[in-house]
Amino acid sequence: MEGSVGYDNDLNLRATELRLGLPGTEPVSIVRSNKRSLQQVADDDCGVNGCRSDDQNETAPPPPKAQIVGWPPIRSYRKNNIQTKKNESEGGGIYVKVSMDGAPYLRKIDLKIYSGYPELLQAIENMFKFTIGEYSEREGYKGSDYAPTYEDKDGDWMLVGDVPWEMFITSCKRLRIMKGSEARGLGCGV
Amino acid sequence: MPKRLASSLSDEVLEHVFSFIQSEKDRNVVSAVCKSWYEIERWCRRKIFVGNCYAVSPEMVIRRFPQVRSIELKGKPHFADFNLVPDGWGGYVLPWITEMAGAYPWLDEIRLKRMVVTDESLELIAKSFKDFKVLVLASCEGFSTDGLAAIAASCKNLRELDLRESEVDDSSVHWLSHFPETYTSMVSLNISCLGSGEVSFSALERLVSRCPNLRSLKLNRAVPLDKTANILRLAPQLVEFSACTYSAELRSDVFSNLAGAFSNCKELRSLSGFWDVVPDYLPAIYSVCSRLTSLNLSYATILSPDLIKLVSHCPSLQRLLVLDYIEDSGLEALASNCKDLQELRVFPSDPFDAEPNASLTEQGLVAVSLGCPKLQSVLYFCRRMSNAALVTIAQNRPNLNRFRLCIIEPNTADYLTGEPFDVGFGAIVEHCKDLIRLSLSGLLTDCVFEYIGKYAKKLEMLSVAFAGDSDLGLHHVLSGCESLRKLEIRDCPFGDKALLTNAAKLETMQSLWMSSCSVSFEACKLLSQKMPRLNVEVIDERGPPDSRPENCTVDKLYIYRSVAGPRFDMPPFVWTKDEDLALRLSP
Repeated sequence: MEGSVGYDNDLNLRATELRLGLPGTEPVSIVRSNKRSLQQVADDDCGVNGCRSDDQNETAPPPPKAQIVGWPPIRSYRKNNIQTKKNESEGGGIYVKVSMDGAPYLRKIDLKIYSGYPELLQAIENMFKFTIGEYSEREGYKGSDYAPTYEDKDGDWMLVGDVPWEMFITSCKRLRIMKGSEARGLGCGV
Repeated sequence: MPKRLASSLSDEVLEHVFSFIQSEKDRNVVSAVCKSWYEIERWCRRKIFVGNCYAVSPEMVIRRFPQVRSIELKGKPHFADFNLVPDGWGGYVLPWITEMAGAYPWLDEIRLKRMVVTDESLELIAKSFKDFKVLVLASCEGFSTDGLAAIAASCKNLRELDLRESEVDDSSVHWLSHFPETYTSMVSLNISCLGSGEVSFSALERLVSRCPNLRSLKLNRAVPLDKTANILRLAPQLVEFSACTYSAELRSDVFSNLAGAFSNCKELRSLSGFWDVVPDYLPAIYSVCSRLTSLNLSYATILSPDLIKLVSHCPSLQRLLVLDYIEDSGLEALASNCKDLQELRVFPSDPFDAEPNASLTEQGLVAVSLGCPKLQSVLYFCRRMSNAALVTIAQNRPNLNRFRLCIIEPNTADYLTGEPFDVGFGAIVEHCKDLIRLSLSGLLTDCVFEYIGKYAKKLEMLSVAFAGDSDLGLHHVLSGCESLRKLEIRDCPFGDKALLTNAAKLETMQSLWMSSCSVSFEACKLLSQKMPRLNVEVIDERGPPDSRPENCTVDKLYIYRSVAGPRFDMPPFVWTKDEDLALRLSP
């Protein structure tokens, strides 16, 4: 669709236009991202006229939308309350907090998006910018000062990787990257 | 002449006069009159409000105001509510508590918003302040029921414990039982954010029954109906109450018990909660409806006909929070029944669905603006709007002071004309001369910012998303809005030029947030060098901004004025002009 030039009143092309939306509603929602590509940013001289006049005439049907982060502006508290209702029927994510000894901040992750331990550990390494050692059933995590642990439903702290993945994601309440001797202590069996 | 007048009044007299001046702003003005007034005032200031915990250090506050009893602190920027601020950004309260523990043994009130509060902080509060009375943790996180247990056990004179919308970890401790049997001072308790495992009913009932001064009680979601009735019977003096109702079929015995309990509550003025409410139970509250001034139904999935019935029983309503299930017809009923309405908030029941699931349009808001002469504060989520409606609203309600409109789909145009909403919002700022807070949405060009800069002289807080064409938009706001304190922007084509041209303005404001805009790291560094009393924080989890091509824009930018200098607790993803690694906490 090039622009309003395409719409000829005589031919009533609008009637045959394919668009998203219920029949009988006017195609009013012109979805156009305000985000500029790097090229545009470089070229634009920040003039008043900008690119607006060209864009307004585009009436191509909007592409399927990915959810925009933080939009619409609804507080997490409220979203969680809506989400809880949905989860109770559909099954939502499994969010757990991840802390690391020495780091003053926590991260939150959704365990459901990972398919297994390697992916999870990779993600945690990226999050906190460190490396976890090699895992072995007998000796736990060797080769680094850190060991990933988790608190299970009974309140016990376990080494990540000791139980099958499916069991892990249903019983994990929170994750903690332990440092030093505490970590080594856990390494010697469950 | 003025000099003699100032010295002819003794310090005690001045202090006595100052004690009648409660407002922070007035106090600040008083302290600026002359050196002696500054001295007298700082010794008798009892209440401190710090809108940005990084704008000043606790040591500085303590040095100037040695005898504070009440402190309010805010941490993360507002957009943290919408997950735009990564976890670990900051806002830790512990350094403040640590300093105040030594300096203010008589501190009795702490109010925090969007801060990270640890159990250690709570334990320190419990230990350090002998006459502690008020703890409000709004949208806070980082603590568990262990910390609450410490507060419950030690604060014998606690009057208010309010955890509104905070995230609390369940440590499986029965913290409510830690209130000793001798404790009877609770006036206000808000635990609506707690999960089901975190409250013991029997402990709650015992607590409620021995606190005769309890005026406000906000329970959590998990309290079933029969318990709700019991608790109400134990506290018929309540003024504010929040409880949920089970999703269950109507049982007449439960219903009449609940109705009876409510009818005892002659002082009840505010109701909220209503998660999972079953419409059949609503008539149980009819006996209190005529006196209700505040009703929060924004978690209740009840539909328009039941909402209309309910609202028609509440002629004294001043404040209503509700989901879009109320629909235009419900808002029309509200407009004809509730002539005292001052505040309306309509939230979307299904915000992420492209298709509307309730018949709520601009018509509902127009009806309320026409019918409710005292309407001052609006928060409205909808899926369509017109300039004509906005102009009508502006002309009907020039007394609006807070107007936040969220048209859910970004860049939505006027559904009647296809135009942007420049004219509509222009009318709002032109007519509503006392407007202090405004949130924009929908399709908007630089023109709307020209109107805002021209007319919105009292505007203190502006939120902008997916709007504008160029730097000129930002420039209009920064150069025109004289009272602007907080500006938050996302996904707008605003860049270096407007920012650098208006650098000085930024020092007159509390803060500026810009995310997904067109600001370069170079400009941030330049701004930071030019303005030493601004902290310019680039929040970017993709890695060092220096390592990317020169015209690459920063992800998020948070600029705030500060007399405390750069902070010492920045996480790795916050970049400033300083390469000094000592300023970072390393894992």
